[in-house]
Amino acid sequence: MSDIVTKNPWNTLTRFTQARIALGRAGTSLPTRPHLEFQFAHARARNAVHHPLDEGALCAALAARGLPNFVVHSAAPDRATYLQRPDLGRVPSEASQASLTTFGTAGFDVAIVVVDGLSAFAIEQNVLPFLDLLVPQLSARDLGLAPVAVVRQGRVAIGDPIARALGAKLVIVLIGERPGLSSPDSMGIYMTWSPVAGTTDAQRNCISNVRRDGLSYDEAVYKLMYLVSEAFRRGLSGVMLKDETASQALLAGGAGGNFLLE
Amino acid sequence: MPMYTHTVDQKVYAFDGLRDLLAKASPARSGDYLAGIAAADYEERVAAQMALAEVPLARFLSEALIPYETDEVTRLIIDRHDRQAFQAVAHLTVGDFRNWLLSDLATEEALARLAPGLTPEIAAAVSKIMRVQDLILVARKCRVVTAFRTTVGLPGRLSTRLQPNHPTDDPAGVSASVVDGLMYGSGDAVIGINPATDNVGAVMTLIQMLDAIIQRYAIPTQSCVLTHVTTSIEAINRGAPLDLVFQSVAGTEAANRSFGINLAVLREGYEAALSLRRGTVGNNVMYFETGQGSALSANAHHGVDQQTCEARAYAVAREFSPFLVNTVVGFIGPEYLYDGKQIIRAGLEDHFCGKLLGVPMGCDVCYTNHAEADQNDMDMLLTLLGVAGINFVMGIPGSDDVMLNYQTTSFHDALYVRKVLGARPAPEFEAWLERAGIFSGDGRLLADTTPGPFLDSIRKLGA
Repeated sequence: MSDIVTKNPWNTLTRFTQARIALGRAGTSLPTRPHLEFQFAHARARNAVHHPLDEGALCAALAARGLPNFVVHSAAPDRATYLQRPDLGRVPSEASQASLTTFGTAGFDVAIVVVDGLSAFAIEQNVLPFLDLLVPQLSARDLGLAPVAVVRQGRVAIGDPIARALGAKLVIVLIGERPGLSSPDSMGIYMTWSPVAGTTDAQRNCISNVRRDGLSYDEAVYKLMYLVSEAFRRGLSGVMLKDETASQALLAGGAGGNFLLE
Repeated sequence: MPMYTHTVDQKVYAFDGLRDLLAKASPARSGDYLAGIAAADYEERVAAQMALAEVPLARFLSEALIPYETDEVTRLIIDRHDRQAFQAVAHLTVGDFRNWLLSDLATEEALARLAPGLTPEIAAAVSKIMRVQDLILVARKCRVVTAFRTTVGLPGRLSTRLQPNHPTDDPAGVSASVVDGLMYGSGDAVIGINPATDNVGAVMTLIQMLDAIIQRYAIPTQSCVLTHVTTSIEAINRGAPLDLVFQSVAGTEAANRSFGINLAVLREGYEAALSLRRGTVGNNVMYFETGQGSALSANAHHGVDQQTCEARAYAVAREFSPFLVNTVVGFIGPEYLYDGKQIIRAGLEDHFCGKLLGVPMGCDVCYTNHAEADQNDMDMLLTLLGVAGINFVMGIPGSDDVMLNYQTTSFHDALYVRKVLGARPAPEFEAWLERAGIFSGDGRLLADTTPGPFLDSIRKLGA
């Protein structure tokens, strides 16, 4: 088998990148092993998109932590509609809209909205350990927490009408991000001060790639609490509120060496 | 607005102007449903196609889809229209035009003469009544050749953009993918990086690095950092050794505004790149990307269907004699192109319309993980575009873009399509591949696996 496949003697370069280099070739085509490894990564990402959120288990786990919660369905009735009609994923269904009014506007400080988004895996893997770190920090600052909303078939903006119905000053949306081939379980965090209908992405702050092999829960909570504190202090969120804790890694691109030019 | 009608079995189908007619005649795709402008059912769509087939081509010159007064792309299309060139087909309806394109009257020379006489709306209209085989047959007859340090689009050639993206623009990470790609014969269209940041300093670092690699190893190709046109202009002003100016473009003034550009800014970028005179075998200096759905996504489509908006983007592109133009067909997501069937059709439409208008079309044959598509769909589109005579496709390690998180064609994929179609890289680059001992003399097969030109650099790294 092995001598049918032509290996690439530049394996040593794999230390510099996660890109799929030095895969070798069968003829000039992709050998069986990297071909099937790719297929598996894609299958995992596809499963992440179509796996339905187990809202019952999630709600029970939240209740067990002393976090009151309720379920909201978006206006997208199924996955196929959800994928083709982002507008429907941004608003609650009529039934959910009606149930939202029962909460009254009690005047909470913070609403947490957990949304399946494009990867329910991301929510099932990350949301509980993340909240275990976040909730005590919110409590320590005397921020009143609204009941946690758990949303099926939702997009980021569905947090706005939910937070308004709850009368919350600030909304934190935890949502499954579009799965990448090597990151099927990435959770995104969107924070919005004073959300209203027609709030645009420019008014939100985003923390991306929260997962075990990505941005750690500790670091994500640290960044989020900085943004929450600043939002309450300045009464705004979005492009006017920079994440000053951001690393400079992206700007440091020119700093490293380059084996090709040495 | 004039009504267009078609009657089948006493049922009258009516369409409110060309804009409505084109939208309803468009083959089904999710973006037009999302916009609320698609045909209501299967019969209405074909009735619209039948009504469209009866419309004289000249009608498209007098009934603007987006008003001349309010949209500079419409003004560009009308003001640049070559009436002399149009005369060859001025007497035809859309349906007759399809027949003419398929006939032996439409030779490579006749199509080249006609291109400046066609508007994007005419190209889009006829594409809507064409099947996949028609889109391939006609596109294959169109030849658009451009040059900078390589010549792209020649008969029997298929070029690739080597896309060595890295999530943090790490120089060694980028270079590792560059080596991998060059060793697989990729990069004759361009070595083009999507940078992680628009920061002008970081962009200049990448431009300088790619230039240094190209010079050190004497590779006949060109580099591009796919940053905003204004960032490229700034980099040129600061003395960056920049080959190609990149920009994403769309088919309406409002959509281009959402990209932070207009025709004047594009002209500024074009003239800045021309002034550097860095091309050796030609001086096409612009690289544009497009994609169906971008106008709707910016809420700037004016009720025009997404495929017609896309064709209008090619009018923007051709104004600046580009070296490369590619549709990024499956990147935008399933709310615009839902599945493999829609992505494949759209890719072939884009290639056809671009080539018919005289644009050097390539395609980013790609998909995201929330689209109903997979590698098999990409193999089909790649093969079909290869047969249709596409100028270039993308090349990345193992189809997996670790920076943009989507899947496009790999270095292996390009070798596959070159092999089954007998296509070769651009001649200047092919000669280098042979000199470097990467390709054997017959211009197709990899000779051996020694990373010849890069051997010393890799050895120094140790095991």
